[in-house]
Amino acid sequence: MGKSEQFTYVFEILGKDMTSAGSVSTTIKKMLRDLGLPADLVRRTSIACYEAEMNAINYATNCKVSLKVDMEMVMLGFDDKGPGIDDIEMAMQEGYSTATNEIREMGFGAGMGLPNIKKNTDWMELKSTVGEGTRLLFAIYI
Amino acid sequence: MAQKLLSIRDIVDGCSLKVLVGKEFLSRPVKGIIASDLMSDVLAYSSSESLLVTALPNIQSVVTANIADAVCVLYTRGKRPDQMTLQRAALFEIPLLSSTEDTFTVCCWLSNLGFSCKTPREPQ
Repeated sequence: MGKSEQFTYVFEILGKDMTSAGSVSTTIKKMLRDLGLPADLVRRTSIACYEAEMNAINYATNCKVSLKVDMEMVMLGFDDKGPGIDDIEMAMQEGYSTATNEIREMGFGAGMGLPNIKKNTDWMELKSTVGEGTRLLFAIYI
Repeated sequence: MAQKLLSIRDIVDGCSLKVLVGKEFLSRPVKGIIASDLMSDVLAYSSSESLLVTALPNIQSVVTANIADAVCVLYTRGKRPDQMTLQRAALFEIPLLSSTEDTFTVCCWLSNLGFSCKTPREPQ
């Protein structure tokens, strides 16, 4: 990638669409790998992205995912329409979960999603309005 | 001198495992083991090029393995993934293995093959 080049892409996630769970993260992982980014950075980004994707599928009605890559960082945004998060501090605690049985049967929903995203990223911002939706942004520095 | 890494084939032979898909990738080295049915645990605590041992045979096990750079998935208690999961694994070039034994037994066998685990520490 040249110095001033920027790579942007937008994806859509449908809530409760369990059959395609993980497909956006899989596509993004391949894109980042094809861009020639370091394996560890691709892995960390993909893990954070997958957890965010599972959250969107579990809770949101729909979600717009935006990927931006430049010389300095990989940035991902998850903007969803959905119930929102009542208590963000609580949601950030490991083990706190309001997940359904369906998501637990898929091997998720143990309250590790947001802490896992924080652990794998260099910067993260979470804003939510109850009854409207949630906006999650995170970045991994190159 | 660093110990030679075991390959997926060494594990298949050493633990008498069935290969469900990905026979052509069995020469790949395995750097570590992660055993869990909770995919968030796998994402949080595994290292890349690990073998994932799980009794969860759904498509998320394969998607998680791909995202976490796992080299292979081993299903315990004879759990069999469905056709879609097998196809996805083939697409990701991730071999799927199966054992009729439980996760604990399989992990003991893996330990006997030379995979080490942590030593107990004083409770905190």
